[in-house]
Parts: sequence; structure tokens; C-alpha cells
Amino acid sequence: MSTNTCTNPITISLTLNSKPLSIAVDPAERLLDTLRYQLGLTGTKEGCAEGECGACTVLIDDQPANACLVLTCQLAGRFVRTIESINVDTLHHMHEQGTTQCGACTPGVVMCAQWINEHQDVLKHQSLRQLMSGNLCRCTGYDGIILGIEKTLNETNPATAHKDPR
Amino acid sequence: MRRREGLAKLTGSEKYIDDLSIPGCLWGMAARSPVPRGIIRQIHFAKDFNWSEFVVVDHRDIPGTNEIFMIQNDQPVLAADRVMHIHEPVVLLAHPDRQACRHAINQISFDIDPLPAALDYRKVPTTEQIQYASDNVFAHLSVTKGDVEQAFKDAPHVIQGIYETGAQEHVYLENQGMAAWFDDQGVLTVQGSMQCPYYVVNALKHALKLDESRVRVIQSPTGGGFGGKEDYPSNLACYAALLALKAQQPVKIIYDREEDLAATTKRHPARLKHRTAVDDQGRLIAQDIEMIIDGGAYVTLSPVVLSRGIIHAAGPYACDHVRIEGKAMLSNSVPFGAFRGFGVPQAAFAMERHMDHIARTLGIDAVEMRRRNLIRDGQSLSTGQVINDGTDRVALMDLALKESGWAGHIKDHAAFNQTHPYLRKGMGLACIYHGSGFTGSGEVHLASKLHVAGLSDGRIEIRSANTEIGQGMLTVFTRIASHRLGLEPEQIVIAEADTSRVPNSGPTVASRTTMVAGKLVENACSDLLDQLGLPVHETGQVVVDAITAWHLDNPGQELVGTAQYRQPPGINWDDKTYKGDAYGTYGWATYIARVQVDLRTCTTTVLDFHAVQEIGTVINNTLATGQIQGGVVQGIGWALMEECCFREGAMINNQLTNYIIPTASDVPGISVSFLENPYEHGAMGAKGLGELPMDGPAPAIANAVADALSQLLIDQPDTIPLTPERIMSLTTPIHA
Repeated sequence: MSTNTCTNPITISLTLNSKPLSIAVDPAERLLDTLRYQLGLTGTKEGCAEGECGACTVLIDDQPANACLVLTCQLAGRFVRTIESINVDTLHHMHEQGTTQCGACTPGVVMCAQWINEHQDVLKHQSLRQLMSGNLCRCTGYDGIILGIEKTLNETNPATAHKDPR
Repeated sequence: MRRREGLAKLTGSEKYIDDLSIPGCLWGMAARSPVPRGIIRQIHFAKDFNWSEFVVVDHRDIPGTNEIFMIQNDQPVLAADRVMHIHEPVVLLAHPDRQACRHAINQISFDIDPLPAALDYRKVPTTEQIQYASDNVFAHLSVTKGDVEQAFKDAPHVIQGIYETGAQEHVYLENQGMAAWFDDQGVLTVQGSMQCPYYVVNALKHALKLDESRVRVIQSPTGGGFGGKEDYPSNLACYAALLALKAQQPVKIIYDREEDLAATTKRHPARLKHRTAVDDQGRLIAQDIEMIIDGGAYVTLSPVVLSRGIIHAAGPYACDHVRIEGKAMLSNSVPFGAFRGFGVPQAAFAMERHMDHIARTLGIDAVEMRRRNLIRDGQSLSTGQVINDGTDRVALMDLALKESGWAGHIKDHAAFNQTHPYLRKGMGLACIYHGSGFTGSGEVHLASKLHVAGLSDGRIEIRSANTEIGQGMLTVFTRIASHRLGLEPEQIVIAEADTSRVPNSGPTVASRTTMVAGKLVENACSDLLDQLGLPVHETGQVVVDAITAWHLDNPGQELVGTAQYRQPPGINWDDKTYKGDAYGTYGWATYIARVQVDLRTCTTTVLDFHAVQEIGTVINNTLATGQIQGGVVQGIGWALMEECCFREGAMINNQLTNYIIPTASDVPGISVSFLENPYEHGAMGAKGLGELPMDGPAPAIANAVADALSQLLIDQPDTIPLTPERIMSLTTPIHA
């Protein structure tokens, strides 16, 4: 079951979830489809296919990106991380605080949270709610997401304990 | 207790339908009508195109009846001779390559002779626009109480208002998706994203002419529903099954967001007219209410949405004389369908705006207006249902006022609004209620069944057709059974909602899963104890030991405790007269919004929001709080920003780029408080809760906007969404 028939694949090498990968792709193939349908990494979800909802958030060279807006052939030599790379032990606060309900936005939320956790300086410039505004959620009303991430951040870095000002 | 499937969702390992790899599977897609109404003359398949690679299905390939099985069966699976709305499916295609499918859809064109379309449900249709009965009215329902005409004659004040609400898109984050395949024995399996597996079974039986033993429906983990996956999955299941039948291969249809927004159901647009007789103190003497909803091109669920809407239209107030007339109208729009709240959000918006309107007209405080009218125990709602549940609804409102800092903010805002050059702050409240479970005799007709099996290893398995759609059903059912039998959560298995294994415990809708189906879990546990010869209050290891011992005595046998819904005593409802106990019980709430309007941009920001509700027992605080917060934010979206723009009955802003829903930075933290007054006929004392939070935000916010802009309004904010454009049209321009 393919999404795309390709006549002129190009082969690229990248690092995916800390492992080297060489893959032949259609030049027009989205990273989202490569992950989901070629590599079976279905944790990354499609929500809107136009970069609005953030359900397909992955980290490319440590920066969050919407996998629906990235062509796989652009990723030669790049470092890509997906939800499958996340250590389950880092998720217990989110589990406890109701960060996930239906789960469709959740992998994207977790990836964005992972990026914030690794770059906590960004919280000096923007609130957690602003930083999370690229990830649409229709279930939680965001409180469960914000609370779960706050607790996760505070555990990682208690010195800069963070609290949603709103 | 933590959400049972929480870690699977957080790690992305939960398998939704689009995540399942099905060997040999084709992609399916629909070619749709480009016009709102017309006669199909011809379907053109482009000549220089290799159609031999494609499986092509039209109405002639339907082995059964070309109808989507629902209330009136007027919607065809595939349009045959005529189309009734834009995006109505006419031809289905399947191909191994998804892009090829997309491309091929554009190689199909239609010759359609257009007919006059009815595109505004508020207008009386012309003769040429009549398409249903003699007047395009799908359903006409009414509620009457007392003598309205006489009461108006004697009334000191009569106050009128007209209120309108727009369509709303569910925007479940997982788009609609369904897969279908036939096995060697000719048994059809359909698996996908859905709320109601047995609705899908019924639709497949009807359209594919299969008896129940040949249809198996499995719910995949479902990425949000909100009603959008109540009725529509039946359509999608039929499309996938028809393609699979013709292809003799599995077929999967996954909508992308644009197709999902364009082709699936939305909340019914509605217009309500209120005419109310009140005394000098603002006490309601008589209410005369008209509710019209836009049904779209086919009946679907509109009559039951209308039913719930009109029953709630008079609000949670005591009034002796009430007349409510409701109509669901045909229009040549994509059919409107179930959406969280199911007619009540529209009704509550009108009622609670109207309460403020009455208060303002009479010079009475909005809170006082409600205090004087809120229903007390012993008084009756519009259907004559006497409320006697022991909940103090005035105290509930007072708690919300206290928690929101109402009095203090009112004072502060007055000073702020006088001095600030371009910001205006305001507060608004809404008193709301929501009937739990199906309306009237609905639960009796459903006669839901549920099983709890004792497994040979001593664990128990709950077998129900209720679905986890994000609301927490897996966790709540686990908790209910764990509480009932004194077992650890790990000793409780919840069966996959697979209709070949689970009985029909009814649809996952109407705030009924915890209260009604959860009660069946308790009762099936009791039956299991009974079958084991254990006393009804036995719990813990004794139960586990009895189950394992039973299996040793009865090797290979099934040990199943069963339960079937029985109406609690004392509920009396008449479907014909719409009198009596419309619901077994109600959730009650007061919601308070504080907003700030920026007069330069006419944008409204919700500064804080307080939701106080009585929902019986709170079974899981995190889940219940999350339901309220999520519902409130969905309500904020509907109130302020979510606008479906229609052209010829089809949504033209069918992208998340221009259909705007709230982000984390658009909303404040939502403050949630519960009062608990256990309902004896609900599981562990629970009532329904999932829809209540959709009912209150819109009127509370509109009332707050009216408060903020009171000095500037040339027209009232009685239509939502209150987009900046609409706020601009309601206010006199400022020159800051």
C-alpha cells in the first residue's frame, strides 16, 4: 500500500532517531509519508497537511518542524527525531496531568515539549502557551497539556521552576 | 487512576486506522457533486486515461438498498439520478496508489441539470425549492405547558429577541477513516474511527444486503469524535465496503483535512426567537419560543437534535406557561449532524442572551434576574418534569460568582472602562443544564446490553460497544468495575469494541457512556457474582478465586455476567405530547466569562473563565476536569472565532488555515469546580458530563462582550461567532 508511485527516486542518507539511514524517495515525497508509510513510524500523525495543527511535529537538527511541510529529499545529512525516539520515562507527568485525551495531537505535543525541555531559555522570551500555540488540540482545552509540560520542565530543571502566568 | 491507554498515546504507539498496515489494501476516494441540486444526466470519465487500473463503483453496484440507514433513510449512499448538495458522493474509486486516486478523481466530470436550491433555512422556500413534504420541514416538534396566550394578555412586560448561531466544525484531530475487507467466507469486516459500531453494522446490513452474522465492525482507537463520528462513519463504511466488494481486496478511505471539512457534518446553524412575559421583578410569566435549525440536504439526526434543543430551550428556570415550537428545515447544504451539545448550545445561547436582555430592559441585575427564576426543587421544567434532586442551583450559581470574583471585577471594570482609551472589560454568566442520556424514551428503545466475563485467569473482561474517543471511557469503566468488585485495575480487561464479540451497549453519545453504560457495567458485575453463587457485595480475592474455580469446573466454557438497561422507576415520558420526564436526570452549571475587547482591532480575549457544575459523582477528577476544560475551549471557539463560510451550501474555508480554532495562547486556564450530588441510577452516582461544557461558554462570553461594550453598542451581540468583523459592525467607531 503506497501513497505514491515514483519513477525517479533519489537516495539520501540521514540520521533518524540516532541511527544512520539510507533511503530512496520520490523527490516530491513528504517526510510525513516517508515516516508513516515507508518506515512504519506511524507515531507521527497527519492532522491538516498544511502546517497549521502541529500533529506531525518532529525535530530536525533539534528544531521543531511540521513533517507535512518538509520534503524527505531535503534531509540529506540532517538529524531527524520522531516521537518514537522519546523515552517513556519522561512522560509520567504528562500522563498524570491529562495531557492526552484522544491522542491524535499528542505525539506532536510531546515533540514540541521535548524541544522546549532541551531549550529552556526560550521560556525567557515566550510563555509556554505561546510556545505551544503551534500544536492544536481539540480535547483538553490545553490546561492538561500546559500543566503536564510545566511539571516535566520543573522536574528537569527545578532551578527555573516554571508556572503558567495565566 | 491514570488514563489506561495514556502512555500508548503519549509515545505514539496507539494504532489509529491510518496507522494500520493492511496487506493488499487499496486507497478509496469519492468523486462528488459540484452543484447543490440537480438531475444527473451523464458522468464523464476522461477518455485519454487508463481507467482499467481503477475500481469504479456507482449506485448500480449497491447490492442492498441505496440508503444510509438512519432515522428516515432518505440519504442515498451514492447519488443515483439527482444530487441534493455539493460534495454529495456520486462515484467511488480505488487504486493501490493514493496520488493516482487523487488524480483520477479530477478526470471525472458531471453533466448535471441544475434545479433551484434552497440555501437559506431561515427563508420560506419557493415552490421550486420544495423537496421534502409540502414545506421542506424535516421535523416539527413542540412543547407546551400552561396557557401561554392568556398569560401574555395579563403580562406587565413582553420582551422579545432573535438569536442566531452558526455552523461549527468538530475538528477532531484525527480525520475520518475506515477500512473494509471481505474474508474467504464472505464476512465483511469494517474497521475505523467511529463512536457507534452498531450504527455502522446497521448501515452495512442495509446497503450491502448482509445479515448480521456476515458483518463485523471494529472500532479503532479514535482521535476525537464530538458527535462528528456518530452518524458520518456509517457513510464512510458503506463507501469502503462497496469498493472492497467490487475490488475483492481490502480498501481504506482516509479523508484529508480539506475533504473532511468539506464533506462531513457540522453543528446545525440555528435561529431562535424569544417572546417572554415578565413581571416587574423579572419573574418569568410566560415563554414563547421558536427554534429553527438548518438540517441540510437529508434528515440524518436533525429531528433528535431539534428534540433535545427545544426541550432545553426554556432554560433551567421555573415558568408556568411555556410554548416552544421547533422546526428542522431542509436546505441544499452538506447535511448537519451530531455535535457535542446536540441542539442545546444553540438553545442555551438564545435563552441566556435573552435573560440578560430582559434584565437590561427592566433595569434588573443579570445575576438577580437568574436568582429569581432558577428552578427550585418541587418546581417543573417546560415539559412538566418536576425536579426534585436536592441540588441547590442558586447556591451553585453563588459559588461560581464567588470563585470568579464577580462583584470585585464588576467594580474594577467600571473604573477601567471609563479611563482606558481602547480596551473594554466585561463579565457575563450563563446558567445551563443538560439532560443525561437519550431523550425521552430513547434509552428504553435502545435497550442496551453489556457483558462482564470472568476469564480463566481470574481477570474480568468488560464487553461493550461503547468506544474510547478521548473522553476516558476505558479508564472510567475500569474504575467502575474495580470499585464494584474490589479488583485492581490490572485485573480488568476492556474488550475491543468489535461487534463480533461485544453486545450492543448503545452509541457513545448523549453523555450516556459513564452514567448509563457504566451502570450496566455495575449490573453485569452483579450478575457475574450471582452466577458464581457469591453474595452481591462480595469483592476482591474471593471473586477472583471463584472465577478461576468456575473455569476449572467448566473447562472451555464462557462465564458471562449480563445486564440490560431498565428504566429507573418514576420516569414517565410521553413521546406524542412531549410531556413528562424528558431525561432521568440533568447536570447543572453556572459558567462565568471575563473578557477584554480591543476597540482598535475589535478582537475579544477571554481573560478568565470559571465553570462550576453539579454532575453527580466525579469518578475521575483529572478526566472530568479535562472534559470540562476541553468543552469550554470548544465553546470559546464557537463563540468567538469558528465560522464556517458557505457558498451554495458547501464550506469554502475548509482548511485549518482559515477555519480558526483556539490555540493554547488564545485561551486562559479554565477554572473548574464540581459539586457532587450522587444520582442513584448512574454508575457510582455519576451523571452525564461531556456535553454540558459546550452549552455555557457562548452565552457567557456574548453576555460579557455586551457588558464590556455596553456604552458603545448600536446592536446587541446576539449572533455568533463574535468575530472582529461582527464586533465592528455592532459598535460605534472610536477615535482613540
